Formats: sequence, C-alpha cells, structure tokens
Amino acid sequence: MSARLGAWASWAYLGVALLFIFLPVLVLVQFSFQEGLAPVPPFDGPSLKWWAKVMANRKITDGLWNSLLVGLGSAAMATILGFLAAYALARRKHRLSGLYQFLLMAPITVSYLIIGMGLQITFNHLGLGKSLWAIGIGHVVINLPLTFAILYSQLGEHQANIERAAYDLGASDARVILEITVPMLWPALLAAFFIAATLSWDEFVIAFLMSRFDVTLPVVIWSMLRSGLSPELNAAGTLVFAISILAVALVELLLWRARRNAN
Amino acid sequence: MRGWGLKSWGHVPALAWTGAFFVLPLVAMLLMSVSERIGGKITLTWTLGNYQAFLTKAEGTFVGALVNSVEVTVLTTILSVLVAYPLAYILAYRVPVRWQRLVLVLTILPFWTSYVIRSYSWLLVLSENGVINQFLVGAGLLAEPVGMGNSRFATVLGFVHFFAMLLTLTIYANLVQIKDSYRKAAADLGANAFQAFWHVTLPLSLPGVAVGAFLTFVLAIGDYITPQILGGSKELLLPQAVMLQLGRQADFPLASALSMVLMLVVTVAFLLSARHLKMGRV
Repeated sequence: MSARLGAWASWAYLGVALLFIFLPVLVLVQFSFQEGLAPVPPFDGPSLKWWAKVMANRKITDGLWNSLLVGLGSAAMATILGFLAAYALARRKHRLSGLYQFLLMAPITVSYLIIGMGLQITFNHLGLGKSLWAIGIGHVVINLPLTFAILYSQLGEHQANIERAAYDLGASDARVILEITVPMLWPALLAAFFIAATLSWDEFVIAFLMSRFDVTLPVVIWSMLRSGLSPELNAAGTLVFAISILAVALVELLLWRARRNAN
Repeated sequence: MRGWGLKSWGHVPALAWTGAFFVLPLVAMLLMSVSERIGGKITLTWTLGNYQAFLTKAEGTFVGALVNSVEVTVLTTILSVLVAYPLAYILAYRVPVRWQRLVLVLTILPFWTSYVIRSYSWLLVLSENGVINQFLVGAGLLAEPVGMGNSRFATVLGFVHFFAMLLTLTIYANLVQIKDSYRKAAADLGANAFQAFWHVTLPLSLPGVAVGAFLTFVLAIGDYITPQILGGSKELLLPQAVMLQLGRQADFPLASALSMVLMLVVTVAFLLSARHLKMGRV
C-alpha cells in the first residue's frame, strides 16, 4: 500500500462525489438558458427567453415575495423566542428545566407533514382560515428547536462570568442583556436567524397545507410542476438557488468576520 | 427599575408557542384518529376503526405503503452513510486545513437548492431523453434510452443525493474533533493505517454517524416530495398515502391514524438509535 495510491484514490473519490452532488444543479442551471421547449439535451441556447418569462410571471414574483415575508418574519419570531428561552434556561436552574428542554426540542423528531396536518386540523376546528400567518406559525414551530439549541450552546460559563462582572458594577438586568449578552451572542443570533429563514423559505409541506390563495414559492413551483418539464421551471429553480446561495455566503462572511475579530 | 426578571420567565413564550402549535395539534390529531365521519361530519367516537382500516383496507395498500417506506428509508440511510463517510474522511484528513471550510461549503452547496427543485432536477437528469441517457447512448454503452424516473431507484437516488450532504456535515464535524494524538499513539503501538482507522478513528466517529443517520431516517420517512416527484405513483410510500387521504377524500380520521403510525415508527427508530448512541460512547 503506497501513500501515493491512497492520495490518488482520495482525490478521485472527491471528484466523483462532487460530480454526483453537482450534476442535477448544473443541469438545472444550464437548461434554464435553453431556447427550445424541453429542458433536455441537446442544448440549443443560450437564451434568456425563459428567464424573461419567469420575471414576468406574477405567480412566481408574488410567491417569491410571500416566501421572503414568511421566511424573514418566522425566522425573527423563532430567533426571539429561542433567545429568551435559551437565556432563561441557561442562566437559572428551573425545577422543570429538563422537561422544558425536552418540550422545546421535541418538534425536531416529528415529520413536517404531521406538524402541518395537526395544525390544519386544529385551525379547522377553531375556524381559523388558511393564510401566510398560518404558514408562518408552523415555520416558527419547526425552527424554534434549532434557534434554541444554537443559542443555548453559546450561553456558557465564560459569558456568564462577563455578565456577572457587569452586575457587580451595578448594571441593571435590561442593560446587561442589551449591552453585554446580545452583542456577545451576535454571530450566533445571526446564524440562527439565517438558518431559520432559509429553512422556512424552502419549506413545502406545511406551506402547502396551510395556504389557499396566498402561496409561497415552493408551492407555486409545485403547481407548475404538474404541467410537466419546462425550462421556465429551470429558470425559477435557478433563481431560488441563487437567492439561497447569497444568504449562505452572507452568513459565512459574517461568521468569518466574527471569528477573525475573536482572535 | 432593577430589571425584567427575564431569567425567571424567558422560557415561557417559547413553551407557550410549542404547547399551542405543536402539542395541542398532536393531541387534536390523536383524537381525530379515533373519530369517525358520520354523514359528512366528524364525530369523536373513540373508535379504533381507522387503525383497523390501516391494517385491512384496500387489500393491505396501507401496510404495503408502510413496508415500502421503511425499505426505502433504511436503504437510503445505509447508502447515504456509505457515500458520505469517505467524503467526510477525505475532507477532514486529506484536504489542507486552510481549505477545509471552503471545500466543505462547496461540497454541500446544492443542499441549499429548493427541495422541490432538487427532485425536479433529478427528473431532468434521469428522464428518457435526459443527460444520462444521452450520454450512455452517445457513448454506445446503451442501445436504447431507458427511462429511470418514476421508480424506487429514482426515489432512493434523490434521497441519497440530499442526505449524503447532510451526513457529510455531521460526520465531518465529528472527525475534526478527534485528536490526532490518538491515531499517532495507535501508530506508535504498531498499528498500520488501516488498523488505526478501524480500531480508533471509526469507533470515535460513530456518534456523528448516528446523529446524521437518525436525522436522515426521520426526514426521509416523513418526506412526501421526493417519492411523489421521482417515484411516481406506481408504488405508494406512507406520506403519499396520507396526502391522498387529505386531498381527494378529505378523510382526516384515516389520515390521522396513518400519521400516528408514521410517528410510532420514528419513535421506535429514536429509541433504537438512542441506545446505540450510548453503546457507542462506552
């Protein structure tokens, strides 16, 4: 066994795995620039025809807007609720702390389909209609365990000591939280917010079950899919991908800067 | 004013939210699963008829769907681990440290494509006049194009594509936490590279595998989109059966009973993997 053979095999595996991972994305992006009607080879573009069609499609642009609204709103709510809970449970030993944590984390083990259906049944029973609000409520449920877990893990002893120092110097509760805890947690708060926003932005089943007239982008794409393959779908999909990538790049950049400042 | 007393009540809003929009709906669904539709109205009759329907209705279609779901999910989980482990290992040990973060972000970049779109993209790749067929026929490896969509193969492929990325992340996170000195100690004691991997690195990385595998199992068995787009309706998975009851029939009681069965399967998987996790640590 030579080390060089091992290294060569490693790079070969990495190449094949990356090809497998990127193949569908590359096909998606390339055939969004197709000229003809079918998003399959041979490629006869490049053409921006289908992109123009997507941009002019009111359903898609409305869906895009609705998705952003629900994504940012539910992420903000999940981050605030997650922070309050993480702070209270990390800083004081409650009699039922174990149970509280179990309850807050429980939604992570239940399928989105079941959470969505349960909400649908409950809303039906209470006579509440389907709406963007209903979707947002569901998205807070699925994202709360994540924001809570991320923020709880960042509220360790080190931060507690700094807070104690501020208390000793006479700072009030509110001042410690706003001027010490939140700034210290800033990267984690942003990461939690963006992860929640990205998951909500892309979520389908709950959005599908809880919406009627105002729908989010994944639901729009789903209904377009019913009429078969089309380069327009490729263009819409590429657009969604591009926006997600921008968000991820932004988070990476912020985390990188936070790490650099910490060093 | 001394303060807000946040430490004593901060967890209450989140708990209230989880209680109202998660626990309560689950209870409502449990009650729904023992209800009946009588003359278009749903009435709580404490019947077990819906669970009986799961076992016997439509010549075992529902039990079949459960079996299909478990088979597809187990196959997906195993294949995803097999694809992801070497990838995570190469990332952690072969790629230079300063490039690791970048290569990792690139490797899981397609993770951020829309879930619906990702399945659609595989449909493009696999279809009869899609990229793979054109390539194989063009290279003379295949005489006639073969439609690979609408099959269990397509469903599993779509799943493995997504979950291999997820598992790469969890396994990589675990591998980089294992101290180099363990492997060096094994080497000093005369272990060759393979023995060091088999007896030291692999056992220490099992928690990362278990976490990723559990997430894969939970998310895959409850997913409706991938089997619906890639698997078609030739064979039904349990989430597809649930959605059928909701859509065409508006049979909430039966859909609830089927969902309860789905939840039970996930709970069993959780109990099994929780035990495995503990054993891995000892």
